[in-house]
Amino acid sequence: MKLIKTLLGAAAIVAAASTAFAEGHGANPAIIFDLGGKFDKSFNEAAFTGAQRWAEETGGEFREIELSSEAQREQALRRFAEQGANPIVMTGFAFSSALETVAPDFPDTKFVIVDGYVDAPNVRVVAFSEHEGSYLVGVAAAMASESDVVGFVGGMDIPLIRKFACGYVQGVKSVNPDATVIQNMTGTTPAAWNDPVKGGELTRAQIAQGADVVYAAAGGTGVGVLQTAADEGIFSVGVDSNQNYLHPGSVLTSMLKRVDNAVYEAFTEGTMLSTGVVVMDTSTGGIDYAVDEYNADVFTDEIAAAVEAAKAGIIDGSIVVHNYESDNSCPVE
Amino acid sequence: MDKMPRWADVILVPLINISLAFIAAGLVVMAIGQNPLDMMYYMVKGALGSSSGIGYTMYYATNFIFTGLAFAVAMHAKLFNIGGEGQAIMGGVGAAIVLLAVPWPHWTLALPFAILGAAALGAAWAAIPAYLQAKRGSHIVITTIMFNFIAAAIIGFLLNGWMKDPTTQNAETRNFGEGAHLPTFHEMLAPFGIEFSKSAPANFSFILALVCAFLVWILIWKTRLGYQIRAFGWSPSATAYAGISSVRVTIIAMLISGGLAGLLAINVVMGEQERLIKEFVEGAGFMGIAVALMGRNHPFGIVLAGLLFGMLNQGGFELLWEMPDISREMVLVIQALIIIFTGALDRMTRDPLEKLFIMMRNRREAA
Repeated sequence: MKLIKTLLGAAAIVAAASTAFAEGHGANPAIIFDLGGKFDKSFNEAAFTGAQRWAEETGGEFREIELSSEAQREQALRRFAEQGANPIVMTGFAFSSALETVAPDFPDTKFVIVDGYVDAPNVRVVAFSEHEGSYLVGVAAAMASESDVVGFVGGMDIPLIRKFACGYVQGVKSVNPDATVIQNMTGTTPAAWNDPVKGGELTRAQIAQGADVVYAAAGGTGVGVLQTAADEGIFSVGVDSNQNYLHPGSVLTSMLKRVDNAVYEAFTEGTMLSTGVVVMDTSTGGIDYAVDEYNADVFTDEIAAAVEAAKAGIIDGSIVVHNYESDNSCPVE
Repeated sequence: MDKMPRWADVILVPLINISLAFIAAGLVVMAIGQNPLDMMYYMVKGALGSSSGIGYTMYYATNFIFTGLAFAVAMHAKLFNIGGEGQAIMGGVGAAIVLLAVPWPHWTLALPFAILGAAALGAAWAAIPAYLQAKRGSHIVITTIMFNFIAAAIIGFLLNGWMKDPTTQNAETRNFGEGAHLPTFHEMLAPFGIEFSKSAPANFSFILALVCAFLVWILIWKTRLGYQIRAFGWSPSATAYAGISSVRVTIIAMLISGGLAGLLAINVVMGEQERLIKEFVEGAGFMGIAVALMGRNHPFGIVLAGLLFGMLNQGGFELLWEMPDISREMVLVIQALIIIFTGALDRMTRDPLEKLFIMMRNRREAA
């Protein structure tokens, strides 16, 4: 009996302490990671990096949670909102429906959704122009290719990934209209985001067809693509985060989607966050390509000049990259 | 004569198992420098401490009861149906087709048809492996597991194709509409003046799951068909000698199994999401195997095991909130330890206890 009393007592103290914690740190920002997990070496990890950078620079604290079930999306949003977290950032289009339900219930809380779309007065939608970045690495790939055949390995076959592919093809064709682009999607289920073995096989098949540069827009599957490209001695192009360091000399460059900047900016603006659609594109630095010491040897001045010119063209509007998602079709194959 | 009094069998053994499980999980938690008492407290409080927690526990439990029952029915015929995942996916497709086809005026009208749609496609998905097993001897484990992948590909194809809502980027159907909304426990309990969390996803499907559990009990133990299924499970040759068709029993058992797995969609697709999404089963089809094993393939045991698994799911998620140093993977370790001790290592405590009771009885009789 005494043991039970002690246990209950201890539990009550802990419970009281945790409520105090929740109240005391109420206005902290919060971030919810998608099912892929915080350390996916790609999308979610970039978001985490941005949150961490904010914490280090400002000394502030943020709350975070990793989900393990679809039903937890709404649960997590409500929990954070009820605890007073503000703003609440979430990564991934899959949050759209949950946020649509929750946002009106918490009009004083600001929500930020990366890659989704929700129309509510207290929601900021961060949209990336991935087609522009893919165009830039397409230019680089076409410049680096000697066989005039380049490859594309996508993750799951969804419009977003076709948008990557379409931008890439446009970039390649802008340099060499006769070039061939071999496109493969890894699969039709979310498992396609994390199947490095199949990514490697697809890369090998593309190499057999003559490809000497392969662009991977496939999450964790891309790790296998980059590995195989390095093993077979051809070039690869990384995606989302800077993946140049994975195989120095083989990774030609990486298409950067600065999810970290989006999170960092949201946390910095805090409760004063502006809502509505925020487009992160080449002109705002939200989309870019990576040059560092790991690819300095292979990313020649010639390539750099061509890519820089394309980037300038996109920014000043002289180059318009077709967005697959605008009409669900691609003008080039 | 029984080896143990009934109370020991039903209460004492599970209680000891759960305590052992928490001790083992506590040691792991201590190893990473956290307080194991906090861990236990938050897990139980998270699962049962609020109506919202209870609502989520019941929601997860509903899934596990459906897939657990599905596995158990097939298992009574000694058919290891590992395809609950795929059958549930197809059940979702079936329910969605029914719910999208008609602008339903009221859920009482929509529910029976959605049940038919979900059960029919779930059963159809189990029928092909069943036929191959019965007629061609293709092993049911291999075929059902392969059918999981085919189902995942089919739902992906449909949600990227003609079932996709053209107004959204996501691979999902449009919303089923107000008329197909299943009442949540909040709505069901409000007329009785009971305040239940508004956001918890537990819905009418929980009651449906309990009804199904009761029907399965009647089927297996009170009907001629159930007797045939059990007899076939114990000895196919004896049932053949008795004039029972092995093809018929195999196919019927698998149809019922697949249909029950398909009903998971009523809870998730119709009750919670109210639209068809790709990843709605989330491994519940496989968890059903563990639930049925822990529940000893008896509907009552499956309901209890389903509730325990639901508590683990919800309590584990609460743990992430209350103890930020425990990661998602750590929660999985804790859940797995509890499952190992309560399910797989059951005999470890049962056998010595039985011996102890027999010894005590012998001593008493000798005295």
